[in-house]
Amino acid sequence: MVAQGLEKRFGDFTAVAGIDFSISRGESFGFLGPNGAGKTSTMRMVACMSPHTGGQLSVLGMDPRTSGSTIRSRIGLVPQQDSLDDELTVEDNLYLYGRYFDLPKRLIRERAVRLLEFAQLTERAKDKVEPLSGGMKRRLTIARSLISEPELLILDEPTTGLDPQARHLLWDRLYRLKSQGVTLVITTHYMDEAEQLCDRLVVMDKGRIVAEGSPRALIEQHSTREVVELRFGLDQQHQGATAIADLAERIEVLPDRVLLYVHDGDAAVAEVHRRGLLPESSLVRRSTLEDVFLRLTGRSLVD
Amino acid sequence: MTPNQTAVPLRIVPLGFLGTRRSLRVVERNVFVYRSGWIILVSGFFEPLFYLLSIGLGLNHLVGPLDVEGTKVAYTAFVAPSLLATSAMNGALFDATYNMFFKLKISKVYDTMLATPLDPTDVALGELTWSVVRGGLYATAFFLVMAVMGFVTSWWSLLLLPAALLMAAAFGAVGMAVTTFMRSWQDFDLVGLALIPMFLFSATFYPVTVYPGWLQAVVKLTPLYQGVVLARGMALGHLHPVLLLSVAYLAAMAIVGAIITGRRVRQLLLS
Repeated sequence: MVAQGLEKRFGDFTAVAGIDFSISRGESFGFLGPNGAGKTSTMRMVACMSPHTGGQLSVLGMDPRTSGSTIRSRIGLVPQQDSLDDELTVEDNLYLYGRYFDLPKRLIRERAVRLLEFAQLTERAKDKVEPLSGGMKRRLTIARSLISEPELLILDEPTTGLDPQARHLLWDRLYRLKSQGVTLVITTHYMDEAEQLCDRLVVMDKGRIVAEGSPRALIEQHSTREVVELRFGLDQQHQGATAIADLAERIEVLPDRVLLYVHDGDAAVAEVHRRGLLPESSLVRRSTLEDVFLRLTGRSLVD
Repeated sequence: MTPNQTAVPLRIVPLGFLGTRRSLRVVERNVFVYRSGWIILVSGFFEPLFYLLSIGLGLNHLVGPLDVEGTKVAYTAFVAPSLLATSAMNGALFDATYNMFFKLKISKVYDTMLATPLDPTDVALGELTWSVVRGGLYATAFFLVMAVMGFVTSWWSLLLLPAALLMAAAFGAVGMAVTTFMRSWQDFDLVGLALIPMFLFSATFYPVTVYPGWLQAVVKLTPLYQGVVLARGMALGHLHPVLLLSVAYLAAMAIVGAIITGRRVRQLLLS
């Protein structure tokens, strides 16, 4: 998949302002960014559901404008909203989706058995979709997208709104797909998700790509090894920050805490104490993509 | 024009070669949904049937036979074909209006379809096909009731069925086109407001000649009148070349409706 200067406008509004990326077969590629960064618009263009208004796009070596249907027959899409067919049962949702791909009935029935198992929904096969939990619906949506055995799976915010347990189960399923050689394209505003699932990712903000690389490379390039999070009392935030600014390569003052970007976190905390400052709490952690995003855009990922 | 726009006219003509096959999947979904909700499907057929029974049992004795082109026709036999036409119209409209609106705006069934090889043309064509199927089913059931009641006297009456399919296509296509412009459920009240007088006054229950000349001209413009005239001609075996005008009218309605629907569905779904 290759995009050059890819652009999406809705009237006066520019959702995607000319982005370049290329994704190879078997890769697991992420689009990380806050809500409104243009991730979903990009996914819809890549999934051939929304025509691009500028630039070039090629998916599986074809042009979405002319070969949309053919491309879609080889990709699976997990949209942000589940959009399951509430009027049908779990099983029939899989079945009909397979029919939309023009698959023979017997083949769909065979695959559905395996996919229900994969999604841990075998016992709910005959139930209507509507009363299922959020996690179950999400897993069913993923199972549904796999009925055509796609070469490329596009997941838009796969775990948004799920509890931690449901998220980990989903990650495990996606990891299995990845090891089976399925190309994954994932959008997320969770940095841990991007770190877990993506070989390579781009950071998007306001319709543009602001950085690109593997999670590790991005962290190395744009952040330090460790981060010290200090909480001072409400009024002492700025005072505290000024007193220790020289300890870190970089310092971020957030509304509720001060972040020190350092090589050795424990040493930095010791030095803070030695200077007689008494933060209410201090925490040493490794740098994450959240820090990269903060560095690149001056804002946090989740508002 | 961008390449996208030039491609549109080719895609909306409902002769799409690949599209026809793919659109059957949309029909298949409806069959699936109604398999568990068949009672809803059946219920829609009863309204015109009750009219027929009420007229056959009651009004028929009060009104007496009518003179249609020199032949005496029992009042029930006069009304039955118009009710068959109405039943085809209703059958087509159920899914073309309320249900299509629900799928477009609320359940997002179409968005799901568009993530698969189906495209907006397939969706529009599939839903139209289903409307024709439903209208056709109602008309066929109605036809059987007419046969049982002894109103099917000639083989020509079988032509009622293709006439009903044409009616269903015309109303289904225009109903869908109108639905794509609807903003909320309230807008459907307007549809009801148009349909009820059309049902009552389109020479459904009496000959158009009861109206003064200018009103006759107005009534003749309504699509239901055209369907009723066509159906009555087929049922009574009065086949005139002038009926071809009704055929042309309804066919034009179906084609224009389908083209507008295809274009609008594409606009609404492919943003």
